[in-house]
Amino acid sequence: MSIVTVQLGQCGNQVGHELFDIICSDALEGQRKLYSTASCERFFHQTTNGELVARAVLIDMEPKVINQSISRAAKSGRWRYGESSHFSQKQGSGNNWANGYCVHGPRHRAVVEELVRREVERCDRLAGLMAMMSVAGGTGSGVGTYATQCLRDIYPKSFILNHLTWPYGTGEVIVQNYNSVLTLAHLYQLSDAILVHENDTVHRICSQLLNIKHISFGDVNGVIAHQLGSILQPALTADSHGVYSRNPLGELVSALTCHPEYKLLSVCTIPQMPSSSMAYSTFSWPSLLKHLRQMLISNTKMEEGIDWQVRPPAGSERTRSLTGPSFNTSLANLLILRGKEVYSAETGGFGDPALYTSWLSSEEAFNLWKSPVSFNKYEKCATLVSNSQALLRPLDNMVGKAWNMFASRAYIHQYVKFGISEEDFLDSFTSLEQVISSYGQLN
Amino acid sequence: MTQSVVVQVGQCGNQVGCRFWDLALREHAHVNKKGLYDEALSSFFRNVDSRESDGGAHVVGGRIQHLKARAVLVDMEEGVVNEILQGPLREMFDSTQLLTDVSGSGNNWAVGHMTYGSAYREQIVDKLRKAAEHCDCLQCFFLIHSMGGGTGSGLGTRVLSLLEEEFPEVCRIVTSIYPSAEDDVITSPYNSVLAMRELTEHGDCVLPVENQSLVNIVDKIKHMSHSGKPGSAVKRDSTIISGQGGLSGAEKPFDAMNNIVANLLLNITSSARFEGSLNMDLNEIAMNLVPFPRLHYLVPSLTPLYTLADVCVPTRRLDQMFSDAFSKDHQLIQADPKHSLYLACALMVRGNVQVSDLRRNIERLKPVLPFVSWNQEGWKTGLCSVPPVGHSHALLALANNTCVKLTFMELRERFIKLYRKKAHLHHYLHVDGMEQSCFSEAISSLSSLIEEYQHLDATKGTLMPDAPRLRIAR
Repeated sequence: MSIVTVQLGQCGNQVGHELFDIICSDALEGQRKLYSTASCERFFHQTTNGELVARAVLIDMEPKVINQSISRAAKSGRWRYGESSHFSQKQGSGNNWANGYCVHGPRHRAVVEELVRREVERCDRLAGLMAMMSVAGGTGSGVGTYATQCLRDIYPKSFILNHLTWPYGTGEVIVQNYNSVLTLAHLYQLSDAILVHENDTVHRICSQLLNIKHISFGDVNGVIAHQLGSILQPALTADSHGVYSRNPLGELVSALTCHPEYKLLSVCTIPQMPSSSMAYSTFSWPSLLKHLRQMLISNTKMEEGIDWQVRPPAGSERTRSLTGPSFNTSLANLLILRGKEVYSAETGGFGDPALYTSWLSSEEAFNLWKSPVSFNKYEKCATLVSNSQALLRPLDNMVGKAWNMFASRAYIHQYVKFGISEEDFLDSFTSLEQVISSYGQLN
Repeated sequence: MTQSVVVQVGQCGNQVGCRFWDLALREHAHVNKKGLYDEALSSFFRNVDSRESDGGAHVVGGRIQHLKARAVLVDMEEGVVNEILQGPLREMFDSTQLLTDVSGSGNNWAVGHMTYGSAYREQIVDKLRKAAEHCDCLQCFFLIHSMGGGTGSGLGTRVLSLLEEEFPEVCRIVTSIYPSAEDDVITSPYNSVLAMRELTEHGDCVLPVENQSLVNIVDKIKHMSHSGKPGSAVKRDSTIISGQGGLSGAEKPFDAMNNIVANLLLNITSSARFEGSLNMDLNEIAMNLVPFPRLHYLVPSLTPLYTLADVCVPTRRLDQMFSDAFSKDHQLIQADPKHSLYLACALMVRGNVQVSDLRRNIERLKPVLPFVSWNQEGWKTGLCSVPPVGHSHALLALANNTCVKLTFMELRERFIKLYRKKAHLHHYLHVDGMEQSCFSEAISSLSSLIEEYQHLDATKGTLMPDAPRLRIAR
């Protein structure tokens, strides 16, 4: 089955390009026919002369980034974007969510819907749609939200996954917290699952694990793409009976978002290192999984600086809710293992009921996918997609900062100009406070 | 790709504009080696084939035939515009872009704003529309004028309100040159205050530049280049103040100062013209830096200004560039933003600078820069990969900072000194449409603007509690 990706805005188009690039080079690596076929069907369609064309629609309100992505893909020689599967305008949304959502989105609705429909019709079997965007700017967030809304209307039964890039805490866009609040509040009603990467976390991975001195957006996007690829590439699931699973989005959603109040997914991957050190490193599943489990419960997004003191609460403590604030309670986890000796890996530690909320049994809360094929040149690779409290604090910060700004009514006139009123803001704040409260009550 | 139109009004506006076109051409000539009319060029230039009678614009990608500036030149005397038309840039403009009169505004805001504003209204709108029609996606008007005289100040602000009327969707960025205290125009405080009200009401962003700051910067550069101390010598003919490599040969008296303002315009538009890993569109400037509609005065600072010879290691020099952008002697107005309150700040970087360099420097500078409580992380950043000619990198900082109120307070003081004695008032009141209430309204508009800044300034240093959050009933 195939996934149609919709890349929106500068960030969505850059990350999307990296994702296809990693997936393509991983799929074509070595002699792994079944894996390669499954991966290609998922993300590419083949022209009569054998070219791989990404199942993607590129949308931006300004042409520079789209043109860059298209020409870089063509230059790779391995894959390309479809000739007419992109849409751009001349003038961006100016970091204004309202401009994207109320003006650009509706104005170009027909074109965008048509592009997606064409791409969907090219799929023999549609697994679902993945919209990639940032929440900080105007186009990705505003047009992205509007486009997600349109897709939900046209494909009411398809799975829609939103991949969001959360901005750096400081220094990208000043109104980023407003834009993020408006985006998240709206997407929460539309999307089946919201997969989040935080730029700050990824930036730390680049500097501390990959030892990159001058970190560029390309480096950051590369890490995001690696983690995403390790989720989306073919794998064997519990019910797939020894063949590669058919519907990665559907199974992701059913494994992780069992309740409409809880849709925020975070990702961590282990190991991650500079490619130059890979040849000198060996990994064992027990140690990788031990680290990954501690990363989960102590809410650390990389294998450095893990707090080993954090322990899951004992059964008796649970009722008295004496768990320390640092313990990260999960609703559901999906563990994806790829590479050598994957069948020998012991994953019992992730099924521990103490990790999860009391109202869901750990059998339902924990899912495991495996693939004996190594991913993106890593001999072994473990990725954990988690619906847990991991994003509670960043979300709370984001809403808190936006709320402080809203209290002074700063910048509101810029949104009112395009038709988003103070009440719209209040509605969005209310629904996100609800999400925060729900996640807060997990433990 | 979007286009912008530059509207230059009055003597100062036209002189600065002229320097801008000269430097912009040099910059594009440096980047564009193939002689093709590319997207970057199209943002400020039209490509015209002179053989075609209608001057049909040529599509992007073709050879450069004949470049015309996307500009409208307005002056109520002929001197400066004629000089341009006889100078090396004459080919850049044709008669449809020019509007001149012979008699000047006599340093009287009312004559520029009321008399000429009404007499030439139709013609101005017509020329603006023509310029707009040549653009397939007009994003921004750049108005360049001075505050002290009659034409730039009076007619310039009239043009501003015409732009708002005719093109409400198009962003208006105004570069205003403020007179120094010892200005030889005796009525400059009147003109400036009357113009201020218009800027506050009709501009999207105003970049104030003080004449005195330009004088100081040029003096310092000249002093450094003559002192010739080893290791600290300024590159001879720093590209910041010299038009070397441009079309104009001999330098005229104000060229050095005007060059600085032209560089400001080059940098602010760089991200709209060239590629970068973090684009910053022109419409993002107001969105990010203007929290309240009237408080849209953005203090510019440029670095490097005093280009040092290559003695430091690159990363240190890069970090120094960021530090300099917040120092007093790099501001284009006479103020010290570090000791006032930041409402928001944009860093527009050009050249080989990575996002990690940006992050490191913001982290480093943040602790010493006071930001308003609700915008502690009020940074907007842009990365443009093409540096200015002759530099490896450059930085333009735009600060929405309460320090700008000092410039305004000083202006108000000078205004009141004159107004108390009703000096020269009759020259203004003679003019049709001008009433004394214009003066009182202008000064109260300025006072309330100052008050708004003061009000925000008062919150500095006090720890504001977070606004109580919405509570969810469980």
